[in-house]
Amino acid sequence: MQSASRTLLLTLLAAVGCGGSEVVLLNGAGATFPNIIYQKWITDYNTAHPEVQLNYQSIGSGGGVQQFTDGTVDFGATDGPMTDEEIAAVNGNVLHIPTVMGGVVPTYNLQGVTEPVRFSQEVIGDIYLGKITRWNDVRLRAINPGITLPDQGIVVVHRSDGSGTTYIWVDYLTTVSPEWASKVGRGRAVNWPVGLGGRGNEGVAATVTQTPGAIGYVELGYAIINKMPVGAIRNRFGNFVTPDFSTVSAASAGAMAAMGPDTDFRVSLIDAEGERTYPVSSFTWLLVKKDYGDQTAKARELVRFIWSAINDGQAAAPDLGYAPLPAELKPWIEARLRTVTASGAPVWPAED
Amino acid sequence: MISGLTRRRLLSRIMTGVTVLCAILALAPLFAIFGDLVVRGASSLNWDFFVKNPAAAGDTGGGVANAIVGTLIIVGVGSALGLPVGIGAGVYLAEYGGGRFGVTVRFLADVLTGTPSVIVGVFVWMLVVRPMGHFSALAGGIALAILMVPMVTRTTEEMVRLVPHSLREAALALGFPRWRTTAQVMVRAAWPGIVTGALVAVARIAGETAPLLFTALGNLNFRTNVLQPMQTLSLQIYVFATGPFEEWHRLAWGAALVLMAIVLVFGLSARFVTRTRFRDG
Amino acid sequence: MDRRSSDRTSPQSSRIGWGDAVFKVALTAFAAVIPLLFLALVGRLAVSAWPTIRAFGLRFLTTSTWDPVANVYGAAPMIFGTLLSSLLALVLAVPLALGVAIYLTEFAPGWLRRPVATLVELLAAIPSVVYGLWGIFVLIPLLRAYVIPPLQAVLGWTPLFSGTFFGNSMLAAGMILAIMILPYISAVSREVLAAVPPSQREAALALGATRWEAVWSAVLPYGRAGVLGAIVLGLGRALGETMAVVMVIGNRHDLSVSLVEPGITMAAVIANEFNEAAGLQRAALFEVGLVLFGVTLAVNALARLLVWRVARGSAVGSRAI
Repeated sequence: MQSASRTLLLTLLAAVGCGGSEVVLLNGAGATFPNIIYQKWITDYNTAHPEVQLNYQSIGSGGGVQQFTDGTVDFGATDGPMTDEEIAAVNGNVLHIPTVMGGVVPTYNLQGVTEPVRFSQEVIGDIYLGKITRWNDVRLRAINPGITLPDQGIVVVHRSDGSGTTYIWVDYLTTVSPEWASKVGRGRAVNWPVGLGGRGNEGVAATVTQTPGAIGYVELGYAIINKMPVGAIRNRFGNFVTPDFSTVSAASAGAMAAMGPDTDFRVSLIDAEGERTYPVSSFTWLLVKKDYGDQTAKARELVRFIWSAINDGQAAAPDLGYAPLPAELKPWIEARLRTVTASGAPVWPAED
Repeated sequence: MISGLTRRRLLSRIMTGVTVLCAILALAPLFAIFGDLVVRGASSLNWDFFVKNPAAAGDTGGGVANAIVGTLIIVGVGSALGLPVGIGAGVYLAEYGGGRFGVTVRFLADVLTGTPSVIVGVFVWMLVVRPMGHFSALAGGIALAILMVPMVTRTTEEMVRLVPHSLREAALALGFPRWRTTAQVMVRAAWPGIVTGALVAVARIAGETAPLLFTALGNLNFRTNVLQPMQTLSLQIYVFATGPFEEWHRLAWGAALVLMAIVLVFGLSARFVTRTRFRDG
Repeated sequence: MDRRSSDRTSPQSSRIGWGDAVFKVALTAFAAVIPLLFLALVGRLAVSAWPTIRAFGLRFLTTSTWDPVANVYGAAPMIFGTLLSSLLALVLAVPLALGVAIYLTEFAPGWLRRPVATLVELLAAIPSVVYGLWGIFVLIPLLRAYVIPPLQAVLGWTPLFSGTFFGNSMLAAGMILAIMILPYISAVSREVLAAVPPSQREAALALGATRWEAVWSAVLPYGRAGVLGAIVLGLGRALGETMAVVMVIGNRHDLSVSLVEPGITMAAVIANEFNEAAGLQRAALFEVGLVLFGVTLAVNALARLLVWRVARGSAVGSRAI
């Protein structure tokens, strides 16, 4: 109770002190995919640094990109990177900074099924195309010999808002299912052939837990926190891989080779190489401006926060269902952060 | 013919019973909802609930302090903007509202009271959030003010019209100019009724969510600056209710109970004001 | 003496005659906010919707594809969903609301009237998001456990009740909407019925009618227009409801007649997608907003006209609680 009153007092002081140069207020919005770990980072950072107050609203990657483009937030967040057209719309004044890795996992609501259900590339594509409609369909049973699947209708759940998690999921479906590629395609919001819409990762998780027979796709952390069952997906190598911190991390190995020090970090980890790689893994990015005009204090504090997240913050990732960034990436990210300017000069703090 | 009369009497009894049943069925959800609010929400109410901000996703504990303050601030901004305009327009309609302009304003006010609040939100986003460059409590307050104005206009007009003409005649006979008659005599006499209408409108906007989705946006932090995004109880309930965490659901019921209490306080004070007026004669 | 020109009758007031003018100008300015607001709303919506109006024309209202990837937008599912959910709400609410109104004006004992009326109006005080909360955690599980199985056992073959019940559905949305609009229909109907001259009822009773017959044949027909206005007012409320609907309707962009399946409404799609929409999608959402605004305006105007005839211009429809 003492710490609660102290927090209240501190935040009151911070709030009263706002408007002056003491407290820097930063507003960001976007992806729900990393929201669990962003909230942890932000809550911890706000408490440790009362001179900065970060606010993050998880409204979906689509919202993050849009608000960033509109200039209504200081930073955005997305797991579906901006397209070249979208970058052109902000005159190139954007940097994609990867903060953590995660996996988009199939989760479901099946009473009495304790082992992870396995999905092959074709099966998951056809479920989302609406071509497989019952859990005991012969094709599901063929790849799940050890499980008794019930005779229950499959309720497909997807996102109702524009989502990077959707982008990752349909990127995967487009890669492995030619029919999906031609009928639906990839994007943060698509024309779903079937299913119910939930708002945010939170909404999809909620809908799946409340609907018997449902299947949905969420970031791994949401499934873990809500103790929801997680399915296994067959990767390129032919192995059915359950998503966890090691199989998601494995996806970055091949990508590192594709990137170089000059990368803009907009790299897809979908269906990556490796025996034990989880095929629906991805980076998630913060959208940061290259130049913040005369908002020097904001830019500096934002860069400082991101640096802390990329270093100290990575330790929190595995417990929350994410995978830390590969260590080799950090020098390149640091080099990119050093290029953020405001008032004509880089804002990189003199001390680290 | 006697049996015909009995049949008709029986029908009358039955239909009376049917209407009683309708009343019971209509009130059932009310008791169910209030019951659920108390039963499910009361368990969340502790000291932490009122002084802490939300904890990180998935953690237990935390509260809705920022949302409670945010609700009060945004409702305050909305009322400060909407009440003067609404009362002014209502007095205009009561005093000068006979002509074509008055008829038009009255008609539009009635029609605008039914505007979907999500449309007002989108409108204010375009007009305020976009040019300002960021979300803010001020934009939220403006959206709520726009929703209030038509309501308050019509209730104010109605209340001023109810003041007996004899008061107006007496004031004019005493040499009061028209404007003082209106401002100091008619409006003063109608004031309790005007306040009632205002409180009712405030109670209504305190519960609004949709327009705030695109204007105030929401905030994890405790913020009192109206030029920054702000959290309200209604937004918090929406986020918590549609999320997967049991902890969030528990907090949502508590927040709903608090919000309902705030709305009822405004609504009941409205009735109290009227009752006092009648008691004074 | 001409009271209206009091500025000519008293020596003091001629000194401050300009006070009247200033006062009137100030009040007129406040009053002018309303028509200005109306024009601004319509104008802003139309301007922002123009790209899709130009791109799709009338097809926007009749096609069902909502594809942000291909940038093709058709609002038929939302329009249909709005109409279906509102219609369902009316079907459920109107009989109950009328029953309550008749009970309160005709049959209830005097001491019971005020409390019951207040309680019914209290339903209007509950915020939409709280209705949504209750819908998700109380109503839907209730439907799933006790209502849908028998309903589908008996009527599952009809198009209205066929399909799988997921919880979030048109039925849940319609039921919540019904509870939300009931107080409005009831309150306005009560005012309308109370305004019917007692002579009507008394004449019928004097001619030997039972109490019910007096209501049915003398009171109700007299207040018919007003009651119709109350119903139309309720419809107007239902059309524009957002939060409770978006939380229970399932948000599926599909045109389905079945009540047990999920759906989407115009207000819900705006709430869901506006914060992230860009370009043509944003214009499409503005156009949806324009259509919604137009429909609610027309419905509310109709309600106003109907109620005005009976209640003589009093601000009956604008009461919030």
